[in-house]
Amino acid sequence: MSSNNNNRDKSGFFANPLVQWVEYRLPVFSFIDDSVGSQYPTPKNLNYWWNFGSLAAVVLVIMVATGIVLAMHYTPHVTMAFDSVERIMRDVNYGWLIRYIHMNGGSMFFIVVYIHMFRGMYYGSYKYPRELLWIIGVLILLAMMATAFMGYVLPWGQMSFWGATVITNLFSAIPVVGDYVVTLLWGGFTVDNPTLNRFFSLHYLLPFVLFGLVFIHLWALHQHKSNNPLGVDIKSDDQDCIPFHPYFTIKDLFGMGLFMMFFMWFVFFAPDFFGEPDNYIEANPLVTPAHIVPEWYFLPYYAILRAVPDIGPISAKLAGVIAMFASILILMLLPWLDRSKVRSSTFRPIFKQFFWIFVLVCLILGLCGAKAPSEGVFSDDGWFTYLHLGRITTAYYFAHLLVIIPLVSIFEKPRPVPESINAAVTKSAEVAKAAE
Amino acid sequence: MSDTATTDANGDDEKTRRDFLTLGTVAVGGVGTALAVWPLVDSMNPAADTLAMSTTEVDISPIEEGQSITVIWQGKPVFIRHRTAEEITSAEAVEPGDLIDPQTDADRVQKAEWLIMVGVCTHLGCIPLGQKQGEAKGEFGGWYCPCHGSHYDTSGRIRKGPAPTNLAVPSYQFLTDTTVKIG
Repeated sequence: MSSNNNNRDKSGFFANPLVQWVEYRLPVFSFIDDSVGSQYPTPKNLNYWWNFGSLAAVVLVIMVATGIVLAMHYTPHVTMAFDSVERIMRDVNYGWLIRYIHMNGGSMFFIVVYIHMFRGMYYGSYKYPRELLWIIGVLILLAMMATAFMGYVLPWGQMSFWGATVITNLFSAIPVVGDYVVTLLWGGFTVDNPTLNRFFSLHYLLPFVLFGLVFIHLWALHQHKSNNPLGVDIKSDDQDCIPFHPYFTIKDLFGMGLFMMFFMWFVFFAPDFFGEPDNYIEANPLVTPAHIVPEWYFLPYYAILRAVPDIGPISAKLAGVIAMFASILILMLLPWLDRSKVRSSTFRPIFKQFFWIFVLVCLILGLCGAKAPSEGVFSDDGWFTYLHLGRITTAYYFAHLLVIIPLVSIFEKPRPVPESINAAVTKSAEVAKAAE
Repeated sequence: MSDTATTDANGDDEKTRRDFLTLGTVAVGGVGTALAVWPLVDSMNPAADTLAMSTTEVDISPIEEGQSITVIWQGKPVFIRHRTAEEITSAEAVEPGDLIDPQTDADRVQKAEWLIMVGVCTHLGCIPLGQKQGEAKGEFGGWYCPCHGSHYDTSGRIRKGPAPTNLAVPSYQFLTDTTVKIG
């Protein structure tokens, strides 16, 4: 993100003497203009799937803003946490609104980021030279998951407590040191007040770590600029690109308007849609709820955790934990597992079909995570349960990434790729004109 | 930087000395940083007051045969069950070699009629059902964890399901015939 574009037109905004005074001492305006302004060339064929990156940034800002205010009213103590959240809901001015925005904002964040990631997979945005950009993105996902998990514990409802118990117990699967790690995480012998205190501290810290990661993510993005639906390199800034501002600022704003309608519909009309009723019961360490379910955005991983049986000397518990973490970490290897030079699925007929199967499998995994493992999928006689379905889809998830993608990338014959963004866009325009 | 290396009057290679100093500085700095970080990490371990709540005394005289109570020890539920003769017989009849986590019933109790153990499923920490009348006791008549379907027998041993080990037996001693100190 180097600044000081010497060719910058010194008219308009940059002609203002005050702007020039600041700019000479701190080139902040040219930095902004180079990063998200008129001097940042952006592929002119970006479609609406490219809105979700900036939407994620918007949600992060909303989460930090509402979170700072909530922290002013919240008490991180086991005897007062639940009541302080109820006080926010009933007594604090607009407390209900701020909390519902924050609560649903978490779900919105994951919706937006999951779409953003699937877009990257469909259009091959993870490929050379954007491998590191993709890997940083996976790190952002991991940081988001940690933040969301700890935030969910803070209201100290039944799901908060038992979710925290189940997830922290996962670490006891680590050989030899597992139990020490869990005690260190808890600060006691169970999930208790010390646990709640540190989760509050870390829940406040991690969003700022996220900001840092997002900054690096954007830094890497700006090095080689955005991928595009055709997946071909930018050959010429003049031919293939248009300035980010005003063209994509306005497009992002339009998308944001639609997204905010979606977001606010839940906030105002179905604020508990994504939540579990059990979390409005105060935490009770002596009563486990009948069904412990994580928030919807963790369901696919929860299904993977439960799907894995004993593997030789490795217990089901350890194997499940390994598989669950591997399901995310393995994404970092995607740039090397996919050996095809062609990025966009538009020119990869076989890959495209497998991509949509993969999306479907991820959704089915989510369904398996929500159901009791013993529940029958079609009938109650137990011949095909959600545990079986979860095992099949877990196997397929890993097979897609480790077997199908490498094989398809070697054997598939891609369709011819256009020579440039501009050539493809003008050609389709000519075809459309001829059709009239 | 190699072109700055010279040899002094004694014939020592200055570059080697400089490398040694650099490595030594980095090593000492690294160890110092690690030592400085340790208090921050260790502060997250259980504090003195948390550790101080490490024993619980329980009066077991009101528990009739076939009844169970749950007491709190170190924030965790402890199951105390006054076992029936049938439960003891069925627990002792099991061949340890057939178990997921082999243990004889005698290894798990001090007095056969009193089974005392931590009521936390060894899978992922839920509280198994089976303490109260009418709750599911699982296929082996002991306890059943509803979270992921682990079945425990009348000795609290894992018989079926994802849990890797038997329900833990805390250290305890009978102070009198009717008083137990746990911890």
